[in-house]
Amino acid sequence: MGRALAVIIWILTLGSVSIFFVKQWWFPAAISSHAAALDRQFLITIIVVGISFTAAQVGLGYMVWKYRERPSHERAMYTHGSNRLEVIWTIVTAIIFIGLAVMGQSVWASLHFNKAPAGSFQVEVVAQQFQWNFHYAGRDGVFGRTDPSLIDDSALNFVGLDETDPSAKDDATHSVIAIPVGRPVELILRSKDVIHNFWVPQLRFKQDLVPGMAIRVHFTANQIGKYELACAELCGQLHFKMKSYMLVLPEAEHQALMALPQDQFQSRVTELLAQYPLPTY
Amino acid sequence: MSVETHEAVHRHEPPTSFIRKYIFSLDHKVIGIQYIILALVAVIVGMTMSVLMRMNLSWPGTNWPILGTLFPAGAPGGIMNPEFYLSLVTMHGTIMVFFVLTTAPQGGFGNYFLPIQIGAEDMAFPVLNMLSFWVTLVGFIVILAAIFASGSASTVGPIGGWTGYAPLSALGQIAGPGQGLGMNLWIISIAIFCVGSLLGALNFITTLLNMRTRGMTLMRMPLTCWAWFTTAVLALLSFPVLLGGGILLLLDRLAGTSFFIPGGLYVSGILSGTNPSFPVHTGGSPILWQHLFWFFGHPEVYIAILPGMGATSHILSTFARKPIFGYRAMVFAIFAIGLLGFFVWGHHMFISGMSPYSAMTFSILTLSIGVPSAVKTFNWLGTLWGARIRFTTAMLFAIGFVSLFVAGGITGLVLGQTSLDLPMHDTYFVTAHFHLVMGVASIFGMFAATYFWFPKVFGRFMSEGMGKIHFWITFVGVYCIFVPMHVMGIVGMPRRFSSFTEYTFLSRLHPLVVFVSIVAIITVLAQFLFYFNLIWSIFKGKKAGPNPWDATTLEWITPSPPPHDNFAGVLPTVYRGPYEFAVPGAPNDFVMQTEPETEAERTGGNGHNGHRH
Repeated sequence: MGRALAVIIWILTLGSVSIFFVKQWWFPAAISSHAAALDRQFLITIIVVGISFTAAQVGLGYMVWKYRERPSHERAMYTHGSNRLEVIWTIVTAIIFIGLAVMGQSVWASLHFNKAPAGSFQVEVVAQQFQWNFHYAGRDGVFGRTDPSLIDDSALNFVGLDETDPSAKDDATHSVIAIPVGRPVELILRSKDVIHNFWVPQLRFKQDLVPGMAIRVHFTANQIGKYELACAELCGQLHFKMKSYMLVLPEAEHQALMALPQDQFQSRVTELLAQYPLPTY
Repeated sequence: MSVETHEAVHRHEPPTSFIRKYIFSLDHKVIGIQYIILALVAVIVGMTMSVLMRMNLSWPGTNWPILGTLFPAGAPGGIMNPEFYLSLVTMHGTIMVFFVLTTAPQGGFGNYFLPIQIGAEDMAFPVLNMLSFWVTLVGFIVILAAIFASGSASTVGPIGGWTGYAPLSALGQIAGPGQGLGMNLWIISIAIFCVGSLLGALNFITTLLNMRTRGMTLMRMPLTCWAWFTTAVLALLSFPVLLGGGILLLLDRLAGTSFFIPGGLYVSGILSGTNPSFPVHTGGSPILWQHLFWFFGHPEVYIAILPGMGATSHILSTFARKPIFGYRAMVFAIFAIGLLGFFVWGHHMFISGMSPYSAMTFSILTLSIGVPSAVKTFNWLGTLWGARIRFTTAMLFAIGFVSLFVAGGITGLVLGQTSLDLPMHDTYFVTAHFHLVMGVASIFGMFAATYFWFPKVFGRFMSEGMGKIHFWITFVGVYCIFVPMHVMGIVGMPRRFSSFTEYTFLSRLHPLVVFVSIVAIITVLAQFLFYFNLIWSIFKGKKAGPNPWDATTLEWITPSPPPHDNFAGVLPTVYRGPYEFAVPGAPNDFVMQTEPETEAERTGGNGHNGHRH
């Protein structure tokens, strides 16, 4: 029984570790400037995890193989432990674990401890149940005034834009987010109803959109293309369908798009969506 | 209580009426069994829900005629709709966390064995104990009612996940299906559960501090008692916060308050305050709910697993035939986990909009909690080192606990890091992590406890043959179910999606999704062997004496099953530590805690009293 258990533990360990080597079941290729450091930190952590997991399971298997009861009448070893061992493994694990936690702060700090760099491209994101609304400032770079009391979904004013505000004249809204490649992007995240979450796997980035708050985050995308955007916080019945796309465009193409009036903006985004394929997996 | 009363033989006879003996019983043993029966019923409900979820994820759009018949609203024409799926998610989580993982380990096994293991006749407050069970049962009935209380025509229960994030959970029917009466009942059920758990926690703490028998010093207690005690302290400090949060949430829903609802919301086409169906709200904070919920929710994880850790230590030592390695370190580790468990709740909220600086603090504290967890693992391995292992079913499950605790706990190193939470948050990586460690490992602890203590409770063994088949299928099964979920999370599969067909980046995971579902169904079916074994063994199991496993602690000095007052009126006196196996020179390879000191020990020789080493 002891040997069977040991072998099963070892087989399960081997299987568990192997599945992490299947390339097809790994992160999709990253497209953001912070992703390389994040992926490296993930890899370091998962290697530490893998080694600790394997060592513990192999050790456990070894114990149950070696110390199974045998016909002899010899007793088990009589010991109540070793203070020295306790001190050693407490210190060693503390160094490794807390070291990882400290290392894990650097990408976080680069994204969250600093404001978005000057000259970032700004988008206001207004999420609502099962729909994304991206509000672009237009040619003047100034967002028109918005007010919840002006929201009227039936008139397609999803973000409550005040049409009487001069800076609102050139604003555009769309369910697709279009950002320039290689330039920092600042999102101002709001929600009209419940909590949603902005999640693009290739960005390695996720942030809740909380009603009553305007959360500012920033990142830089460095790969042109079209990517799927999902809501990653349970927001109700059709949560699984709260899908849109993120277009990462060459700077010139992006600038041209942002200069378009609202009606042409809509059709141009439709064209761009057709033009850029999704990544192949 | 004077020493004389301990020594005087005055037996307490059980009540004679059926109702006082088995229904409204004050006997901690009967109450413990009642809790376990509750958990055994609840876990079938929760497990069935998980199978339904897996069926929907693997074979979306399939017509299951039986579902259409049973749940015409949730599966019209036999095809499960998204709101039915999400209500299954919510109810599966709630029932498993509250009514299984909190009831069986603590209310069940703790109630039955804590008084016996410390040499007490009963709990300190038997009436409170009875009330805590019946209050919990009312909570369970209310949660079952929530499943069937259709808030709107097309749903079968509340939708909010077991975390019930506001404002989705606070807005009421305007926020869509699953936000009506069912959600009210869900909150009320949890509030009732909190009250029941508080009553239980008070009782556990008082009993352990005041009712230990002569000689039972704190450091002579079995590790199970330390675990139940710490769990009770966690429950005492965390459940009131959830209770308070739940009441505020209910007020937001029913009384128009705005604790969790900010101003200016525009929901389902209606602006707050412009329509009677959506009264004016202003000034609330959605994140406040998350703080209150997780201030409870994280200690709750340890409430679920600490008793399993205690049982595992107890059983490993017994069947290793060896003292527990590092008893004192184990006690400190339990305390450290319990204490740190109160300072890490923010790791559930890194991407919630909370201050990124507090996220950093929570992250470092979170990874610190891995240290006492690792210390426990090392000590379990140390206990097996140089052992003479007897592979009973209980021992297999205890070893399985160690394996699964490592497998599930170690990925906390990933999730606890702020940066890595950016891609991993709310993916199947999280689902895999907490199912392995707080779900499956805890349940393995309870399986081990069941096979181990069954002979004490019923005077008969469970079938070892059936038990071992149950172990092998379950052990391999849970690995095959939950390890692939980690890679699903790495690919980016979000939790709480009723269908993955909308996203092309998820399509390559489909073979894994189907594999997991098939293994899950097989593993669930294997659990019925356990149920059969339980019932069969009560009547047909091999008879067991008072100490069938050659164990050392106080539950094994009394007959199986124990008499109404546990020790037939004569409370035991304890002379030594709980895990004195393989003592050199002793006649047997185990020395009971009640074995008086020998002359050599009394004169301070190389004794084996407790932990002098």
